[in-house]
Amino acid sequence: MFDDDRPIYLQIADRIRTDILSGDLGPDDRVMSTNEIAQEFRINPATAAKGINLLVDDGILYKRRGVGMFVHDDARAVLRRRRREAFFSERVDPVVAEARLLDVPLDDVIARIRSTLPDPAPTPEPTSSPS
Amino acid sequence: MNTPATVTVTGATRDFHGSPALRGVDLVLPPGRITGLLGRNGAGKSTLLSLLAGRRRPTSGTIRVDDGDPFTDAATIQRICLVGDGGGDSDTSRVGARIDLLTTLRPSFDPDLAHRLLADFDIAERTRIKSLSRGQRAAVAVTLGLASRCALTLFDESHLGMDAHNRYVFYDALLADYVAHPRTIVVSTHHVDELARVLEDVVVLDVGRVLLHEPRDEVVARGAVVTGPARAVSGLVAGTRTLRTRRLGNTTEAVVYGDGTADVRQRAPAAGVDVTPIGLQDLFVQLTMKEHA
Repeated sequence: MFDDDRPIYLQIADRIRTDILSGDLGPDDRVMSTNEIAQEFRINPATAAKGINLLVDDGILYKRRGVGMFVHDDARAVLRRRRREAFFSERVDPVVAEARLLDVPLDDVIARIRSTLPDPAPTPEPTSSPS
Repeated sequence: MNTPATVTVTGATRDFHGSPALRGVDLVLPPGRITGLLGRNGAGKSTLLSLLAGRRRPTSGTIRVDDGDPFTDAATIQRICLVGDGGGDSDTSRVGARIDLLTTLRPSFDPDLAHRLLADFDIAERTRIKSLSRGQRAAVAVTLGLASRCALTLFDESHLGMDAHNRYVFYDALLADYVAHPRTIVVSTHHVDELARVLEDVVVLDVGRVLLHEPRDEVVARGAVVTGPARAVSGLVAGTRTLRTRRLGNTTEAVVYGDGTADVRQRAPAAGVDVTPIGLQDLFVQLTMKEHA
């Protein structure tokens, strides 16, 4: 479930973020408690709490005393916006850099991306719809 | 219910027949944490645990569990449980009788938990202790230890003789009951990597002294394996404590441990060097290796 490459509490936070992004966790859904996470994944409860608190401090989750941790209304939108920014800096930029290094024309890269899209290829969408 | 105990060890030494097993230990274990006690054979783990449990008295220095002396104070002794590996080669009593006995002796003992755990370990309560295997006796010992719900619970390599399946039954039971009934727990073990994620803090004993006492997360973050071209690696790790260096052709692998590791990690990509984490077990082995120089 977890790898040893990064601290476990960061991986716990990441899993919950991914569940929110995918819609598995919706607004006001209850998140597994620290103790549930600890027992399910055989980790120290303090480690689990560290991961959860990261998301509380970040405004992704909120606490209801005695009840548990819940997903904020706008959590998905916030996470999407952040991951989109990261998408370009962490995923696209390295591809461009590697393409430059190998002398692959950027048009080839773009053509390749287009070719993997389902048919018919969607036209570039405007940022805001006209209606 | 027992509130978790605070352990305070001040300048503790312990000699056996004139040779020192503990050479001056200062240690404070805050209440309600699971601490892993690591050390090589003969490092003093069992000695330290026996002092904490009041089974022995330090040669010098003091041991306090909350405010009580575990060697002399009866109320303090009631709050402590030291679990060994089961022993009992000649113990003809039945497992069930041990549960009945502890139910009478210890007010905090939970017989239901004991019955449940023994079922998980697949041990019949009518069996006599002496006819159990070593691993099964260990399972009985940890069962009784967990069900005692002591404010300070000490496991001295208790799960060493268990098979892998039963060790995981033990880890699961430990976490479940700790979550439901928080207490101060110390586990000494050689199965470091199996238990690593269950621990909050780590104490490493080396030749009778405390080598380190820190949150497990921080110990692990401080260590790393740095691999790459020899010159790049040596430039990168200069100034950070290096525990081990290996060379294969022009490639160097260095194990580093220290506050500088975060910095090494950050500068590594630009230097064309790989930085990978090191497990607690491996790190522990490197830290306690005899100096060859």
